Amino acid sequence: MPVVGTNVPRKDAAEKVTGSAKYVDDLAFPGMLHARTIRSTIARGRIRDVRLPFDRAGYTVVDYRDIPGRNAVALIEDDQPLLVEREIRHVAEPIVLLAHQDRDALLRARVEIECEPLEAIFDPQQSVQVLKDLRIVKGDVDAALARTDVIVEGEYRTGHQEQLYIEPNGVIAVPENGGITVYGSLQCPFYVHKALRIALGFPADRIRVVQTETGGGFGGKEEYPSVIAAHAALLALKSKRPVKLVYDRLEDMLATTKRHPSIVRHRTGVTRDGDLVAMDIDVLMDGGAYVTLSPVVLSRGAIHAAGPYRCDHVRIAARAVATNTPPNGAFRGFGAPQTQFALEVHMERIAETLGMDPARFRELNALRPGDTTATGQRVEADCSALQVLEQAAQRSDFHAKRERYAGTNRGIGLALFFHGAGFTGSGEVTLASRAALATSERGVRILVGSAEIGQGTRTMHAQIVADSLGIPYDDVETALPDTSSVPDSGPTVASRTCMVVGGILQRCAEELRARIGDLHPAEHFRRHGPTVVTKQYEPPHGIRWDDDTYRGDAYATYAWACDVAEVEMDPDTYEIRPIHFTAVQDIGKAIHPTLVAGQIEGGTAQGIGYALLEEVVMRDGAMANAQMTNYLVPTTLDTPTMDVVIVETPSHHGPFGAKGVGEMPIDGPAPAIVNAIRHLGLDIRQIPATPERIAEAACVSV
Amino acid sequence: MRTAAASLDLVRPRSVDDALRSIADDPSLAPIAGCTDVFVGLNAGTFAGTRFLDLWPLEELREIGIRNGAISIGALATHTAIQESPAVVSRVPILAAACREIGGAQIQNRGTLGGNVANGSPAGDTLPVLAVAEAVVVLRSATQERRIPFTSFFTGYRQTVRRPDELIVAFELPPLDQVQWFRKVGTRAAQAISKVVMAVVGGERPRVAVGSVAPTVIRCTRTEAALAGGATFDEASRIVESEVQPIDDLRSTADYRRRVCGNLLRRFGTETQR
Repeated sequence: MPVVGTNVPRKDAAEKVTGSAKYVDDLAFPGMLHARTIRSTIARGRIRDVRLPFDRAGYTVVDYRDIPGRNAVALIEDDQPLLVEREIRHVAEPIVLLAHQDRDALLRARVEIECEPLEAIFDPQQSVQVLKDLRIVKGDVDAALARTDVIVEGEYRTGHQEQLYIEPNGVIAVPENGGITVYGSLQCPFYVHKALRIALGFPADRIRVVQTETGGGFGGKEEYPSVIAAHAALLALKSKRPVKLVYDRLEDMLATTKRHPSIVRHRTGVTRDGDLVAMDIDVLMDGGAYVTLSPVVLSRGAIHAAGPYRCDHVRIAARAVATNTPPNGAFRGFGAPQTQFALEVHMERIAETLGMDPARFRELNALRPGDTTATGQRVEADCSALQVLEQAAQRSDFHAKRERYAGTNRGIGLALFFHGAGFTGSGEVTLASRAALATSERGVRILVGSAEIGQGTRTMHAQIVADSLGIPYDDVETALPDTSSVPDSGPTVASRTCMVVGGILQRCAEELRARIGDLHPAEHFRRHGPTVVTKQYEPPHGIRWDDDTYRGDAYATYAWACDVAEVEMDPDTYEIRPIHFTAVQDIGKAIHPTLVAGQIEGGTAQGIGYALLEEVVMRDGAMANAQMTNYLVPTTLDTPTMDVVIVETPSHHGPFGAKGVGEMPIDGPAPAIVNAIRHLGLDIRQIPATPERIAEAACVSV
Repeated sequence: MRTAAASLDLVRPRSVDDALRSIADDPSLAPIAGCTDVFVGLNAGTFAGTRFLDLWPLEELREIGIRNGAISIGALATHTAIQESPAVVSRVPILAAACREIGGAQIQNRGTLGGNVANGSPAGDTLPVLAVAEAVVVLRSATQERRIPFTSFFTGYRQTVRRPDELIVAFELPPLDQVQWFRKVGTRAAQAISKVVMAVVGGERPRVAVGSVAPTVIRCTRTEAALAGGATFDEASRIVESEVQPIDDLRSTADYRRRVCGNLLRRFGTETQR
């Protein structure tokens, strides 16, 4: 019986529900030491002296001189040191590592760091250090703007956002077999493997990275685990003991990555009838102190900056700059939530300027199959921007409510958006991910480096394999993501785990079926011993991308969505309460509808937090509210009823028609909510739209 | 950074008298009960004390009852117990309402009224209620007991008249027949720390108290006098806005808090008058 499209029990459900699943802090190894990171307390400066005025017996101390390989966190650039040598570039930058078998002894050790402070930069607009800049050009914007009737301009700002996975970053490094094994809470075992290889200077086969059960990531465990894994490994190699390094919440919030803050400016030419003529867009992102993933976050942000709209003349100038805050990094949506917030609030303002219904204005300009995006990509038959818009307006009774709420404390707003699945541009070709299937006593075992981080990787992959092989779901097992025994299927990011890795698995299953004939794989295993099929990513035919000009097919395909937010303002406290939410999202095919709905509901809730509550308060380059009491994420009481509608317009790029689902849900809530607030008569162009900001806007409007 | 646990000492008394003797002998002991504030401080490394007196097992300090017409609430009554007390719910429903707004269920099961007061945070949710209810704080030492009006209990930011050898043992709330009103503003719908928290008692002698807008919870006496003298709620709102002294901090801004105070008082007016 086919299982794709059904809500089979999660592969990890029993262990997680009964509490037997082991997270990294549940693990202990004989002789294990605990570790602590000594960090900078200033945003920029030079280290003059490091003193350790305590009896060092029983302590392992590591600084940059103990790094056998390169003192760099290997990612896109190697500019970020694992441990500061001299120059401090942000608060909470790691300088010295300590290990001891007694946690209290670790806390008692006092390390004195003497620094010469230097002037720090916190305003990205003041920064002259460009980490990445790029331009997307389509048509002739200047000429088109010169001849349009109406030009609407605006500037939109978004703040930092903390991923706030429930399990903080943590790893255990174990010296074994002349090398090192790292167990950790992470999204990308092979990223960590590469970082360790470069930091330690070890050959690949002496490094092993094993993903332990992971309590959420949201991008926050894409690049940071490379830092913490290398730290634990250095201590383990020096002490010759297993070393556990698990952050507490405060340290995790203070030191690890956040979503890039952004300032996006729009200048848009439009006819009086509502046709988009030209879009001139400037995107600025605050990358923090080091390059980390900023170039690719910027790239995705820029490509999504013109939204799911057709327009012949588009210019997108984007740059990410350095400031003296901890590096910003991967976070669900990866640049697209920032730029689509700006665009969708701007679109609302254009409709308002034209005196046009906001849904009608979007309908006029939404991409249809055959239209081209800002990068010149021709969207295919699975482009359903119009359908999701129409369905969302109908489901939510948008037009009737817009009239009914007018002049009350209620408002309704919508946002139309899209999200490219998989790595940007030539990324998937460069990655050349591999996945494998091996016959087993039970049936077949999936061998991938893709991490289960709560989103349902194991379950969804097993469904794809079960149906592709024509065997029961229960006969599909999944190997632990362990770099010594699974192929590198790329990082667990970019909404690629279903579409890209699932697609490779489907091909593995098809070849395995061809090899074993009609036999059940378990029967084949009994008769012939193990059979392993490994496949590599194959770029779809006709996909072209030019990294130099930013022209071409930025993604194999896109998912499409429309959110409608209904809010109510408390006139006394200026608090905005979302009261109902409609999310119509076309993700190609829901392999597991309940998991898909969970992704949409969760991403929407996280987007509501982004829109209204989550404010990272930075003081002198440090997060001042690095506590869950003061960094407010929505509780169930802050989350409205959600009408989630899954639309399935299949894509021929993904298994069973599936596209990406993980990230898109967080692109829409912020603009939908801010547009609903606009319906209340309040001009908000910055998120989070805290009651303090609403109060200010209300003061201006009254 | 987290405080090293091995550096901490805990004294566990067997009775209230035993506790009072301990604290008389060693005034450096910090009295603790539900620990809902203490653990946060220890975790963040911001709690100065290292020696603790554990009052949690002292059942005699948990009683809620009526004495001489007043409700007496033991210092160790938890926020949950207060919400479940028929005496509180029927006589001072705004105290039950305030307790319902504190943290989540776990915090309400551990956190105590005495702790909320002793912690002295100007954002303490029960404090404006105690202020408008004209509660009396019962302080006891090994040698004496004294009764301090709640409005005189705080002397500054986290400063109180409690002497190092005294424990808060109870609160006494006189009968409250007038209309009473409470509102907490924390932005998040649950598990929030107050940006503004207000309690109001109406009638002949109106009383208005606000938290999170000054170094301590405050009674707004000018506003009260204006209301008693027949001022409209619009007028009183403007007075309360000038009477509070909020600051910009991690959680909110002075402007916002000021304006919300005025709005809340106006809302009390529209909800309770006529």
